[in-house]
Amino acid sequence: MPTPNTPLWEVFIRSRNGLSHRHAGSLHAADATLALQAARDLYTRRGEGLSLWVVPSSAIVASDPQDKGMMFEPTASKIYRHPTFYDIPDEVGHM
Amino acid sequence: MYTQALNQRGEGDERLLEDAAALERFQARIDAEERIEPNDWMPAQYRRTLTRQISQHAHSEIIGMQPEGNWITRAPSLRRKAALLAKIQDECGHGLYLYAAAETLGTSREELLDQLHSGRAKYSSIFNYPTLTWADMGTIGWLVDGAAIMNQIPLCRCSYGPYARAMIRVCKEESFHQRQGYEIMLALSRGNDEQKAMAQDALNRWWWPCLMMFGPPDTASQHSDASMRWKIKRFSNDELRQKFIDATVPQAHFLGLTIPDPELRCVDGHWQHGPLDWDEFARVIAGHGQCNRDRMAVRRRAHAEGEWVREAAAAFAAKHSAQLAAE
Repeated sequence: MPTPNTPLWEVFIRSRNGLSHRHAGSLHAADATLALQAARDLYTRRGEGLSLWVVPSSAIVASDPQDKGMMFEPTASKIYRHPTFYDIPDEVGHM
Repeated sequence: MYTQALNQRGEGDERLLEDAAALERFQARIDAEERIEPNDWMPAQYRRTLTRQISQHAHSEIIGMQPEGNWITRAPSLRRKAALLAKIQDECGHGLYLYAAAETLGTSREELLDQLHSGRAKYSSIFNYPTLTWADMGTIGWLVDGAAIMNQIPLCRCSYGPYARAMIRVCKEESFHQRQGYEIMLALSRGNDEQKAMAQDALNRWWWPCLMMFGPPDTASQHSDASMRWKIKRFSNDELRQKFIDATVPQAHFLGLTIPDPELRCVDGHWQHGPLDWDEFARVIAGHGQCNRDRMAVRRRAHAEGEWVREAAAAFAAKHSAQLAAE
């Protein structure tokens, strides 16, 4: 009997303290311990990081790119959220 | 396939009209140098082409571990052995990055591996040549990895995001491979007569197969047109081959080695090569190279012998998740 498909994990690496964990890629592993070891071997062979997260890919909830208009449109119409929207006389100096 | 559907656009067939509009929007995104991501709409042929290309690339990395694995136990020093082991481990890693990228297109790694094991998927013809001497380790790093870099650097700008990102990681690691190979060639070409002859012999055997790594000449390549339009490919096979030759010939001269091509000559700064044996290329791709059967047998055996490990890991994970659920 063939073994069932091995679960997929997403790997995140913190390259140094002060930076956030960033997505590095994915891998297959049967459980969390094996996923962490595989992530070490696969994504940090050259000192790429000092902290690793592995997250089951199935646990990620993603927005649909088809809905990106509806999802992100409000940001485009609210230009008053940006500092350049406000007129300040040059004499005031840098603000 | 899509072109055909568009030509046959029937009255009131909304799906086809929709496809035509979607196809146009898709091409506009490509033309604007936007990257395509896994959940974006894409033409079925784009998905198929990329799945085939990325998975064959992955298979090549995995099969490519074998010719070099042949020399681990016979490396001439601990330094060379450690470097060779690290290189082969990298090749495995490259295969895994690539399988992950291919999977984002909707085919599982298990299915992709099954395509390799059942002979439905191909891998690079270069790995069906035998590694007869230690000089082959130098030549593979210098020329095979050199050709791969030439091919892969433009792929870092491929229109499909996951493939491009995988290629960036691969290219960063690949440069060590080429340098360690050239260093082996340097040591041999500065050695005694026997060592120099060994280096020349390896170059003689690998030169032509390496030129064929770039694929059939532009006049005969089946996949190029659509791939260029979709910016999966950015240079033609012949353009990349020429870049490779121009970069490599001076490196061979520095080693004091002779390129085994009596017709090779420099015209306006470019090295022109003699005819390639495309019949040989076709034979090797069709499964009749020197090592095809051996490579596949080793791959299938490794997969079969690893079955109990996959089973045990799955059983262990199932047991622990059941225990957690019971607590």
